[in-house]
Amino acid sequence: MGVVEISQHVDARGLSCPMPIVKTAQAIKTVAPGELIEVLATDPGSVKDVAAWSRTTGNELVEQSVDGAVYRFVLRRK
Amino acid sequence: MTFVAERPETTIAESALPAPEPAPASDDAAQHDILIINYSGELEKTWATMLLASTAGAMGVRCRVFLTFWGLQNFVKDEKWITGQNWMQKMMAAMQRPGISHRKLSKMNFMGMGPWMMGRLAKQQRNPSPKELLAIAQEMGVEFIPCQMTMDMFGLTRDDLIDGMSEPVGAATVIELMAQGSSPLFI
Repeated sequence: MGVVEISQHVDARGLSCPMPIVKTAQAIKTVAPGELIEVLATDPGSVKDVAAWSRTTGNELVEQSVDGAVYRFVLRRK
Repeated sequence: MTFVAERPETTIAESALPAPEPAPASDDAAQHDILIINYSGELEKTWATMLLASTAGAMGVRCRVFLTFWGLQNFVKDEKWITGQNWMQKMMAAMQRPGISHRKLSKMNFMGMGPWMMGRLAKQQRNPSPKELLAIAQEMGVEFIPCQMTMDMFGLTRDDLIDGMSEPVGAATVIELMAQGSSPLFI
């Protein structure tokens, strides 16, 4: 994937359910439609939960990866 | 009305991170409101209610929480000790202090030792407390609706309850919401 511009970063590392989702929901409201946010989390449950949040809210999960114990998600505001 | 369950097949062999699934065309008709009937006032059940309510709010799913019997005790301001108009109502409050920060566990309470340890563990794990989750839920637009009958039974006034709550209603409002398709949850 090419260079993508992230408008907002969310550090949810060390936080447990449901805080990664809560922080994601709070952050997405601060960017304009079409803009991207990046979420970092260490909660293993966040892999499924961020996907469920994306499907339910309609904000697209454009990228996800894992680096050691840190999960990274890039989401585009609907 | 028919609902098609979209449940992607998953297997144990699935890699740690499945490829991002494309956002499906959102089907508004299939999205229910959620109605939580919070009847219990024990710490663990209060925690579950607040966790689900705040998550529903974060997911943009409309969520109402109807507070009845012991559930409404969670919504009395934390600083209150005695509520009620007559001696029996006051006695009830004295027997179990109201307020979300004064909940007891249904099991392993041990004179407050259990809740204290649970609070410590949650803090270590950086789990938000029920009170913090409640604030998040309110910020995310979850509606907290007191039961009028419970307010009368315990002699509670609007001033006893925390700010930001909806107008008190009765059981008919709850039944109407369920009849209209709100997914009910009784905690």
